[in-house]
Amino acid sequence: MSDLTTTLPADTRSADASLAKRLLRDPLGLVSLVFLVVVVLAAVLAPLLTQHDPTVAVLGDVLADPGDGHLLGGDSAGRDVFARLLYGSRFSLLGAALALGVAVVIGGLSGLVAGYFGRWFDTLSSGAAAVLMALPGMVVLLAARSVVGTSAWWAMAIFGILLSASVFRLVRQTVQSVRNELYVDAARVAGLSDLRIIFRHVLRVVRAPIIIQAGFIASVAIAIQAGLEFLGLGDMSIPTWGSMLNDGFARIYQQPLLILWPSLMIALVCLALTLVANSLRDALESTSSPRRAVAPTSPDGASGDATASATNHAADDAGTLLRVEGLRVGYAMPDGSTKEIVHGIDLEVRRGEVVGLIGESGSGKTQSAFAIMKLLPEGGGILGGRVLWKGHDLARLSERDMTRIRGKEIAYVPQEPMSNLDPSFTIGAQLVEPMRVHLGLSRAQARTRAVELLRRVGINQPERVFRAYPHEVSGGMAQRVLIAGAISCEPELLVADEPTTALDVTVQADILDLLRSLQDDFDMGILLVTHNFGVVADLCDRVAVMREGDIVERGSTRDIFVHHEHPYTTQLFDAILTPENTRQPYRAPDQPTTPHTEVSTS
Amino acid sequence: MTEPLLQIRDVVVEYPSKGFRTKPFRALKGVSLDIRPGECVGLVGESGSGKTTLGRAVLGLAPVTGGSIRFDGRELTAMSSRERRGMGSDIQVVFQDPYTSLNPSMTIGDILAEPLTARDVGRKAAQARVAELLEQVRLPTDSVRRLPREFSGGQRQRVAIARALALDPRLIICDEPVSALDLSTQARVLDLFVEIQERTGVAYLFVTHDLEVVRHVSHRVAVMYQGEIVERGETADVTSAPEHPYTQRLWMASPVPDPVAQERRRAERQRLLAVQAEQDQQAGAVA
Repeated sequence: MSDLTTTLPADTRSADASLAKRLLRDPLGLVSLVFLVVVVLAAVLAPLLTQHDPTVAVLGDVLADPGDGHLLGGDSAGRDVFARLLYGSRFSLLGAALALGVAVVIGGLSGLVAGYFGRWFDTLSSGAAAVLMALPGMVVLLAARSVVGTSAWWAMAIFGILLSASVFRLVRQTVQSVRNELYVDAARVAGLSDLRIIFRHVLRVVRAPIIIQAGFIASVAIAIQAGLEFLGLGDMSIPTWGSMLNDGFARIYQQPLLILWPSLMIALVCLALTLVANSLRDALESTSSPRRAVAPTSPDGASGDATASATNHAADDAGTLLRVEGLRVGYAMPDGSTKEIVHGIDLEVRRGEVVGLIGESGSGKTQSAFAIMKLLPEGGGILGGRVLWKGHDLARLSERDMTRIRGKEIAYVPQEPMSNLDPSFTIGAQLVEPMRVHLGLSRAQARTRAVELLRRVGINQPERVFRAYPHEVSGGMAQRVLIAGAISCEPELLVADEPTTALDVTVQADILDLLRSLQDDFDMGILLVTHNFGVVADLCDRVAVMREGDIVERGSTRDIFVHHEHPYTTQLFDAILTPENTRQPYRAPDQPTTPHTEVSTS
Repeated sequence: MTEPLLQIRDVVVEYPSKGFRTKPFRALKGVSLDIRPGECVGLVGESGSGKTTLGRAVLGLAPVTGGSIRFDGRELTAMSSRERRGMGSDIQVVFQDPYTSLNPSMTIGDILAEPLTARDVGRKAAQARVAELLEQVRLPTDSVRRLPREFSGGQRQRVAIARALALDPRLIICDEPVSALDLSTQARVLDLFVEIQERTGVAYLFVTHDLEVVRHVSHRVAVMYQGEIVERGETADVTSAPEHPYTQRLWMASPVPDPVAQERRRAERQRLLAVQAEQDQQAGAVA
């Protein structure tokens, strides 16, 4: 039962515990969190930290210097600056909390309902959100002030309503994407009520983005509030950071320090809120710690040597396009070690030849293909070995030189055609661009050629498809478009990674036919990565069987199919469903209600 | 003759099209199908043929606008959403994609216990049942504390099967349950499906695009094309001597793991396509 043993190293930590751990591991986030806790505690414990009353004016202390009974001095009315700062944070934080609460409750609830149930409520609330977002916040608050008076609480509540639009859009979008997940369908089939589905499945997913958004909303609220009071539009009878700013600004020549303290508080609190939100997002979104790239551990020989011997090889065998020697691929693990997943494979593709690389998922076949094109995902890298292409070792080539080879000399056809087309550009635009870069064609020339190519890959109405967006075509059509793009610069090697796995059998047969005819026309070499022996039998000249990072058997396709030696190859062949496995005809099961059948069968 | 467990009669499914006063898209154009207790009926066709829609219609996830679906004599299409929820213990589902059909933030134990707790099964009883389910699909018992991302595709599909079995259903809709799996994993998961059916007597509607898979698991086969069933019959008959030209083409499109036989099959498919193209042309000339 090999599908039980091929899992990655098990990660048995519970999700929440590791979240807290990851959060604490981020120094910036941790410092910010500690700072916020200190500010909140200072606001709560203000009477214990200072014996001064923030509203009592002492004539003798007007614009007093720091020290001498007043830690941070006195303001223009002779009030203690430190006390005002402490008491001011009470109001600033509570005001921000009010705005945040209003925004999250209104935006969150309406977003949940609109995203989950949709229909008229969605239309109506989305319209309302659009209107709210279009309103200039400051102007609305100024207008509101003339109606509801100077109460800063009202201002913050109204500001919360304005901000609720952004929460609404965030929640609605998240809920909509969760709603279409298959696991929500499965829960519905299992008989869970809508309320239960929302609590068990939807809220879990919405929770993280809301927490993150909350950090930003709170800091915006603090800034806006300070802004209002700075303009002198707040309630001047209570101490706030904004009114301190106002006062400090008026006395900036007499006592420049006055404006420093409130600005510092506002800036630091906003910064801390944003940083905490950021590190929360990082902790929630990454399932492992940030990846670093791996470097070759033991470069075998200087690069000059490699080039020299490469030319030797090229001289040996003029037909060879690509020669892979001892290629090792690895990934950086979260604990700092490197996990090798391809253990030194050799592979050769000659001109005009189709080579199949077959294996199960996790065998390293796709990673090998990516390594050849140097397209390994973040954290992955070539650890050793050589990828010889026209006298160059691609493994050592700079990214800039590689970009010139990729797409022009070596092209790629992916497994998932849809996710490899950009949904926001027309198919034509995506075909034209690489041709202009690689072949230096004019726009008109590239366009003509793109339409020609679309016709060549068997698309009946190339002009229509040229103008279409990816979502307007089927998966099979999208794969034809990608193949058209891949051959547009007449590559010498085509790397196809499971090009038909995501497609129906009928479409698969069409695509295989297309690849065969293109290969004939252009005399391309093809490296075909697949797990399907039927596909290998159909298209490949030679085949290499890969297992857990090693090539265990190789040979010409006809030979391997008639005669294979390695037990793993045999195992793969045995897994193929053959006509002998046809299921026996239906027999009515034993009916518990009719005892005689039970007797007859038992 | 055993009474059918599921009776689908002239079912029509229409999705509203975008735009004002445009005709709705008809995904199913009057489909009829019976499934008997303990039987596996394979439903084959290419994407867009409506085979998945039929499965979703039975599950109550697609808008049925005509016809009737009767399960054990009860009309599904006329049920209120509360009654419909109650059917969860009788009709279950295994989806194609084992990566999105399990909630990534829930442990395997929570996922499997979910249908049980929705029916107020006690905590202790639910735990015991989950252990039993894991054993049935041959996953280690310590899986309960793990998250879906720690499992391979084949293992995840086993979890999805276990979830479907949790309430002892009488019918499971299998929507391309092995299409996303490797060949070797595929064979083992298919064997598991057959074994469970033989032990529990559950019926399957097995939706797939792969005729080899259908031959392996189904007693009977129905072939769908453009929202209609174009051919049906015993598995051995339909897969060895298909009658409808579409079924023939479908069959010839599936590559065989033998270079020589595959070359013949490829030629045969080209011939069928040429015949079809000629017929289309003639039909066009007549019309």
